[in-house]
Amino acid sequence: MAFVSSGYNPDKPMENRITDIGPKKFDQFYPPVIAKNKGKWLYHEYLKPGVLVHVAESGDKVFTVRCGGARLMSTTHIREICEIAEKHCGGHLRFTTRNNIEFMVDSQDKVEPLVKDLESRKFAGGSFKFPVGGTGAGISNIVHTQGWIHCHTPATDASGTVKATMDEVFADFQNHRMPAHLRISMACCLNMCGAVHCSDIAILGYHRKPPMLDHEYLDKMCEIPLAIAACPTAAIKPSKVEVNGEKVNSVAVKNERCMFCGNCYTMCPSMPLSDKEGDGIVLMVGGKVSNRISMPKFSKVVVAFQPNNTPRWPEMTTVIKKIIEVYAGDANKYERLGEWAERIGWERFFDKCELPFTHHLIDDFRDPAYYTWRQSSQFKF
Amino acid sequence: MAKHATPLLDQLESGPWPSFVSDMKQQAEVRAKNVENIEFQIPQDAVEDLLGILELSFADGTTHWKHGGIVGVFGYGGGVIGRYCDQPQKFPGVAHFHTMRVNQPGGKYYTAEYLRKLCDLWDFRGSGITNMHGSTGDIIFLGTTTPQLEEIFYELTHTHNQDLGGSGSNLRTPADCIGSSRCEYACYDTQDLCYTLTQEYQDELHRPAFPYKFKFKFDGCPNCCVASIARSDCSFIGTWKDDIKIDQEAVQAYIGGEFPPNGGAHSGRDWGPFDIQKEVNDLCPTKCMWMEGGKLKIDNKECTRCMHCINVMPRALRIGDDRGLSILVGAKAPILDGAQMGSLLVPFISAEAPYDEIKEVIESIWDWWMEEGKNRERLGELIKRQGFQKLLAATNIKAVAQHVLEPRSNPYIFWNEDEVEGGWDRDINEYRKHHQR
Repeated sequence: MAFVSSGYNPDKPMENRITDIGPKKFDQFYPPVIAKNKGKWLYHEYLKPGVLVHVAESGDKVFTVRCGGARLMSTTHIREICEIAEKHCGGHLRFTTRNNIEFMVDSQDKVEPLVKDLESRKFAGGSFKFPVGGTGAGISNIVHTQGWIHCHTPATDASGTVKATMDEVFADFQNHRMPAHLRISMACCLNMCGAVHCSDIAILGYHRKPPMLDHEYLDKMCEIPLAIAACPTAAIKPSKVEVNGEKVNSVAVKNERCMFCGNCYTMCPSMPLSDKEGDGIVLMVGGKVSNRISMPKFSKVVVAFQPNNTPRWPEMTTVIKKIIEVYAGDANKYERLGEWAERIGWERFFDKCELPFTHHLIDDFRDPAYYTWRQSSQFKF
Repeated sequence: MAKHATPLLDQLESGPWPSFVSDMKQQAEVRAKNVENIEFQIPQDAVEDLLGILELSFADGTTHWKHGGIVGVFGYGGGVIGRYCDQPQKFPGVAHFHTMRVNQPGGKYYTAEYLRKLCDLWDFRGSGITNMHGSTGDIIFLGTTTPQLEEIFYELTHTHNQDLGGSGSNLRTPADCIGSSRCEYACYDTQDLCYTLTQEYQDELHRPAFPYKFKFKFDGCPNCCVASIARSDCSFIGTWKDDIKIDQEAVQAYIGGEFPPNGGAHSGRDWGPFDIQKEVNDLCPTKCMWMEGGKLKIDNKECTRCMHCINVMPRALRIGDDRGLSILVGAKAPILDGAQMGSLLVPFISAEAPYDEIKEVIESIWDWWMEEGKNRERLGELIKRQGFQKLLAATNIKAVAQHVLEPRSNPYIFWNEDEVEGGWDRDINEYRKHHQR
C-alpha cells in the first residue's frame, strides 16, 4: 500500500489551492425532459405504487420509478445504480430526501422494463436491492441517523432498527392503503441529526443512566466549565476528587437531576453514558411537517422505553405494527396519524393501540409541560 | 471466509428491505478480490473491520466510536469529522475512520458518469462506504485516514470541481426539495435559491464563526417535503398571494370519477366514490370553499394555502401566480431546551434572482445572533431567551398579526421608555405634594 499523491504538496498547502467553489450546479445533471419542462409542469399522478407521471404544458411526460435504498450504501451498490441509469435513463438519476432512488424515463413504454429490471435484482442474502414503492398514501423509506456504524453518542443503532422496521412494514411501502401518507423517522440519540420530532412515527434512541466520571482523565481531556455549562438542568458542578492519593479537579453529577441528554458527553469525552441495559428506544407518534389541513405538529412520546434487543428489536416493531394497523383501520381518508389521535383523543389512542399509559409520558420539562396537562373536565372514559 | 464472524448482523440479511449488511459484505468482497488492481490508500480490509466493530456493538449494546479529534483540511473548519474506534487492536482497519461531507447538488440529481468518478475516488482513498445521503443532505464519505484528507480534497476540487459541505458551528450544507424542476406545486425555484445562497455564503459554510450550527432548507410549497419547518434555523417555504386557479371542467372530471383524487395516492383500497363536499370543502381548514351552481367557488381572501384542495385535485386547482416565499426561523431538535418549530418571521417576500431582499434578512439575523448568541445557542433558543420582539427589532421587521397564533394572554408588556408619554424620570417630591406619606 504505497502512498500515492494527488498532486497536493504538504510543504506548500496553499500552492494551487482551490477553495470555496461550492457544490456542482444542479442543472448540469437534469435529464433532458426535466431541463426542457422545468417550471412548466401541469400535474402529476401515481400510476401505481412507486411509479409517478408528471405531465408538462408542452405535453411532455416524465415517468419516475421510485425505489427504496439503505442510505448506508457501498460504491459497489452505487455503481449498480449507475449501470441501471445508463441502461434505462440516459445516465440520469436522483435521490429523494427520504433516501429513495428515482429513475426517470420519458415515455411509458420504458417503465415496465425498468421496473422489472429493478425488482429482479437481489442481494446475496435475499433482500431486494431496489424495491419499487414509497409513494402516495403508503409508508415511504425511513430517514435516519448514523447509529453504531459511525457515531460516538448513539443510544441504539440506526441502520439495524430501520432494516428491522422496514422489513415489517414492507407491504405498505408498496401499497396505497393508508388513510394518508405515513412517515417514519429514526434518530439514534436526542441530538436528532435526523430531526425526528415531527414524524408520524419516530424511533428515538435514549440513554437512561447518568454519565460515568473518568476522574483521572477528566481535567486533562475536557474544559470543565464547558462540561458544566453544557448541562441543561444544572446537574453538574465542579468538584475535587482523590485519585490514587492525589487531588484532581473534576466534576460531580447530581444524578436525580440528569435527563440523560448526553450533552455533557458531547463536550467532555470523560463522561460516557452508553450502557447495554440503560440504553434503548423511545417511540413517539403523531408529528407532521406538512401544513396540509392542520398545522405542523410535534410527535408525542407513547412508549417511554424499549430495550435494544438486537438484531431485530421485536418489541419495537410489534408496537409500530400495532399502531399502524389501528390507525389504518380507524382514521378517515386524508387524516394523518396525529390528526386521528387528536380527533379520537389521546386517552382513546392508548386504549385502541393497547398501549399502557405510565407516568413517564406526562411532560415535566419546563413551562411547555403545563400546556399538555388537561385543563378541562372534558375527557373520555 | 469473512475476517470476523457476524452472527447477529447476518440475521439482518433476510427480509425484503435492502440489507445494508449484505451490501457491506459485497463491498468487503470486492475490496478483497480487487480485480481492478486499485492501490488502496487505506486498509483493504476496512469494511471487514467495520462489520466486525458493528457486530460488537450489536452484541454489547454500546457504540465503539470515540469523540472526533481535530482533523480537517487546511483553511476549513468544517466538512471533515474525525472518528477513531475504541478497539483499534481488534479492528485496525477502522482505527482511524474519518467522515468527509461532500456538498450534494440541488435536488440530488446526478449523472452516472459523475457518481462513478466519486466512487473511483472513494474506492482509492477511502472505504467505499457512503451515506446517500446524510441527514443534512451531503454525500457522506464514511471512513478514511488523516493523510488522505488533503489528497481527497485536492482531487475533489482539482479534478471534480466539487467542494466539501459544512460541519461544526457554521452554515451547514443547505438542502432543497425537487422544486419547479419536476413539481407543479413549487412557488419558487428552490434549487436556484439554494445554490445561490450556498455560493454566496461559502465563507460562512467553511469557516466556523457562528455560536452554533445554522441550517437553511428550501421547501417549494407548504407541503414541506424537506421538512424545513422542523429542521432548519432558517426555513424558506414557497407561497402565493393571489387566487388559486380553477379549471371547472377538471373539477367536474374529479366529481365524475374521471380523474383519481390526490393523483391516485389512495389507490390501495376502496374509499367509495369521490365526494368533493366531504373530501375537500369540509376538510378545508378555513371553510372558504363551496359548490355553487355546479361550480367550485373559493373565497381566496380567507384561504391559508394549506395545499389540501390542490393536493386532492391537482388537475383542477393550481397555485396562484403572485408567488414568493415565507421565512420561518428557529427550528431545532429537542436538545437542549426542547424541540422548536420554525416561527413565521417574513410572511411574504419575493424570490427572484439575485435575491437581495432575502440576503438582507439573513444577514440581519446573523448579525444579531453572532452578537447576542451564547456559545452553542441555536437561533431558536436565542429567540426564546430574548423574545420575538428582539428578533423583529434586529431584522427591522414590523410586527403584524400574522406573526402570532394569538396575542399574549398576560399583560406583562415590557414597555420601552420612549413609548410612554413623559418618560420614566419623575420627581418624588412633586408627587408627594399631592400624595401624603
